[in-house]
Amino acid sequence: MAKTTYSFFPGCSLKASGHENTLSLLKFCEMVDIELQELDDWNCCGSSSAHSVDHEVARDLPWRNISLVPEGQPLLIACPSCMIRFKQSHLKLKNDLDLQKKYEKDWGRPFDPDLEIIHFFELFKRIRLRDYIEEPTKQLKGIKVAPYYGCMLSMPPDLRHEPSYYGLMEDALSRLGAQIVSYGYETQCCGTYLSVAKPELSQKVVTQIISRARDAGAECMVTACAMCHLNLEIRCSMKKPIPTFHFSEMLSMALGAEKQKKWFPKHIVNPIPLLKERKLFKSRSNGLGELKSIFTRKDVKK
Amino acid sequence: MIELKKGHGDLARDIQKLTGINFNGCLHCRTCSNACPFVDGMDYLPNVLLRLVQMGMEKQALESSTIWVCVGCNTCCSFCPMAIDIPMVMDALREKALAQGVKIGEPDILNFHNEVLKTVKKYGRTHKLEIMMRYKLKKHDFLSDVGVGLKMLKKRKLDLTPSKIKDKKALGKIFKK
Repeated sequence: MAKTTYSFFPGCSLKASGHENTLSLLKFCEMVDIELQELDDWNCCGSSSAHSVDHEVARDLPWRNISLVPEGQPLLIACPSCMIRFKQSHLKLKNDLDLQKKYEKDWGRPFDPDLEIIHFFELFKRIRLRDYIEEPTKQLKGIKVAPYYGCMLSMPPDLRHEPSYYGLMEDALSRLGAQIVSYGYETQCCGTYLSVAKPELSQKVVTQIISRARDAGAECMVTACAMCHLNLEIRCSMKKPIPTFHFSEMLSMALGAEKQKKWFPKHIVNPIPLLKERKLFKSRSNGLGELKSIFTRKDVKK
Repeated sequence: MIELKKGHGDLARDIQKLTGINFNGCLHCRTCSNACPFVDGMDYLPNVLLRLVQMGMEKQALESSTIWVCVGCNTCCSFCPMAIDIPMVMDALREKALAQGVKIGEPDILNFHNEVLKTVKKYGRTHKLEIMMRYKLKKHDFLSDVGVGLKMLKKRKLDLTPSKIKDKKALGKIFKK
């Protein structure tokens, strides 16, 4: 199949704290013939802080990024929160001729009203996973997963026409053989930065989410947001927390990626014992090499 | 329809000018307050805050902790039957609170936002380690989360050096203040 090229905006969370998310996402895209070109010299989208205190900065930060996208390329965004900031910024421009003039003056590029800004999930409408896997239902067989979306499916009223991806992770993971656990807290927000400024609030919601999933029979959580991943790992007060995977890790693992050993040691809650128990942890050589790699942790030091 | 006495500040009109939101739309069905995961940390429930805006009770609204505890997860407004963009109201109220210099309901959260924006202004991207260090320093809190911080450092989840953008001029254009 011919390769499709997308501009790729990783965002600060993936770039700095979710290395394993970026690596597995790039690997997945490579395996399904999608070429990602990182947006040259991209800047922070403003995150939760810019729109909290200064609406002009919150508007201008995504503008610069939008102006950097090569003509005709769709922009793929991996972080759900960056995605909303981009979409809102672009929509505001689309509906306001005066703002368009300002944008064109500030960034020296004509405004492209047709720029496609898409989330990682949108790819699943454009590719067929089964084209890339021989025996899909066996890949993740036996593992009980609790998909966790956090607030990524909630859209503000001006983006209500956006497609809803509810059920996408359930669909993809069950097609790959995983057993889906339903627990009622799939779309509860993790608290994002309250994890820093109000840790007790964040701890309460995170512990509630994970303990409900575990009580419903889940062995692990799966999330598509690097921020949620971090909060689920560091703010769970359970004595034996269950591990959290990035959706991209699960997908690459199912497609047979061999670089898993680079990702999993970066997790704070170690997922390797569970993967071994379910016979999902692949080592390139023999069992001995696998053990050695875990003890020496060469991949972490790099 | 709520009619305010002559001379009474009209907060609803002020916020409508900024956001385009018509506050007569709120029916107080409490869907937002039932959906919000963080009401435990708020002094007013989200719909009560909208009530304060409707009634023009500016001081209570601007000094509330609610406007700072809201993280903008959009859960409330995706369920709101009147499609009121409540997080946008929070944004406007926060900016008004800062402009008027009132007492801030949750100074720690404002402190965090300021530290994040400082690193974005400096590097073009956030630098988590610096944000955390400065935030804790300002709060004189040196002990909490040391364990988590060390774990994150060990797992390379906190980069020691910031990731920077090349085009520094652009940052000057964005951060005029």
